[in-house]
Amino acid sequence: MNKNIIYVDHAATTYVKPEVFEEMRPYFTDLFGNPSSIYSLGRESKKAIENARSQIAYCLGVHPTEIYFTGSGTEADNWAIKGAAYANRKKGKHLITSSIEHHAVLHCFQFLEKEGFEVTYLPVNEEGLINPDDLAKAIRPDTTLISIMFANNEIGTIQPIKELAAIAKEKGVIFHTDAVQAMGNIDIKAKDLNIDLLSMSAHKFYGPKGVGALYIRKGVRIDNFVHGGAQERNKRAGTENVAGVVGMAAALKLAYENLEEYNRHLRKLSDRFINSVMERIPYVRLNGNREKRLPGNVNLSFRFVEGESLLLMLDMKGIQASSGSACTSGSLDPSHVLLAIGLSHEIAHGSLRISFGERNTEEEVDYIVDNLVEIVGKLRQMSPLYEDFIKKGGQ
Amino acid sequence: MYSEKVMDHFMNPRNVGEIEDADGVGQVGNAKCGDIMKMYLKIENNVIVDVKFRTFGCGAAIATSSIATEMIKGKTVEEALKLTNKSVVEALDGLPPAKLHCSILAEEAVVAAIEDYKRRHGHEIEDAQQCPGCCGKCGSSRDE
Repeated sequence: MNKNIIYVDHAATTYVKPEVFEEMRPYFTDLFGNPSSIYSLGRESKKAIENARSQIAYCLGVHPTEIYFTGSGTEADNWAIKGAAYANRKKGKHLITSSIEHHAVLHCFQFLEKEGFEVTYLPVNEEGLINPDDLAKAIRPDTTLISIMFANNEIGTIQPIKELAAIAKEKGVIFHTDAVQAMGNIDIKAKDLNIDLLSMSAHKFYGPKGVGALYIRKGVRIDNFVHGGAQERNKRAGTENVAGVVGMAAALKLAYENLEEYNRHLRKLSDRFINSVMERIPYVRLNGNREKRLPGNVNLSFRFVEGESLLLMLDMKGIQASSGSACTSGSLDPSHVLLAIGLSHEIAHGSLRISFGERNTEEEVDYIVDNLVEIVGKLRQMSPLYEDFIKKGGQ
Repeated sequence: MYSEKVMDHFMNPRNVGEIEDADGVGQVGNAKCGDIMKMYLKIENNVIVDVKFRTFGCGAAIATSSIATEMIKGKTVEEALKLTNKSVVEALDGLPPAKLHCSILAEEAVVAAIEDYKRRHGHEIEDAQQCPGCCGKCGSSRDE
């Protein structure tokens, strides 16, 4: 990577680890056969896919036949949610999700509402946590699907998935979790957690972009989403992204092998960053729960400053971070997640998300904080809100 | 996404601050939308001899405020009132469509500050547009 760039937006995407890329390489140039072809080149590709499937299943503690490859995490979410809703619509048309889901989930439910489904959006507390009692109360006889994200992409909050899934199981409702942000950070064993459907995306854990997977527990029926050929045991058509699938499995295997060390490293960086910012910059709040959060995620709101200005100035110093979700950067609305945890628009506009990764160092943390002190100071000197605040005696 | 001119005015904004004995002060926008511009004018013999601003907002908001102060400094009140958002955008070599409302805010901040000056000095206030917040009319409604 460019030496002058400090990349701290790993929640948006990660680079592909060199060793992962090496495993993928032959499937672009030499072993390019279509896995559906019966000659040796095709069989070689087929074998690679099935090996990858087994590796991913092993990590998740599930059977290989329960893993289906998709073109992205978003596709896995779309398939799980729409597939489960339509497959069970004769049973009922009530669905439950949370108010802080990624748009890949939220917009599926909004689509289904237009299709005549009824959706309950569970609230979260000020740290972004769902109360399991709220879920239990929301379930009705006609509820067919519950979809709750494992960990939030913006504020990093990790949900009590085991408790939530247990409630769903007791009531006989399908439980889906968008684990796109959590995979590679948390030792997820889908079977033990009673998860029925789980989405993941390779480029969040040092794998390639353009490949994801959906875990569908044996016995759970969902409608097909992409129609065509007989790939993925007739459930997801389209010639497989062989290199991508190989890369995803290699990346996940590495992630599971290094989970503890990776968590320790990220937690050390995040703690150093949070403590240092809190010490050196006034009027800052940490969004999300301090403990129940993804180890590399830090989401801060700086009062009196606006997030885009902050990002642009950080970028001028080579620091690549995010304000809220990268997907929402095209819109001007403050993040729905920050509003859901009760922040005012003004405070939500001043949010900064830093997500650390494997290559980040403590020196980089210090460099970012030094620059933040200067930039936030400069922007506050420019801010009429800060001016008013000081004139009112800092109340 | 931003022109070099925008980035220049964003990174090195001109005329930041306040004028303590200002003859006119105008503030437009609101924190809910994510943009607030406050403009201070010092006016002598109908000429804007000094102008300062403070802005809470995105890069485009800061850049449009900065260039607007440059464009009205040394101008008469009547000339300054002719400042349009279009001329602000042109002076910045363009703005992304989603950021055009910032140029409107800059125009409105100038108008609001001059109105305040006129009010203080007993002038008649003509009909002038003023941004009470997100009305959605400037094509940048965030309530969609």
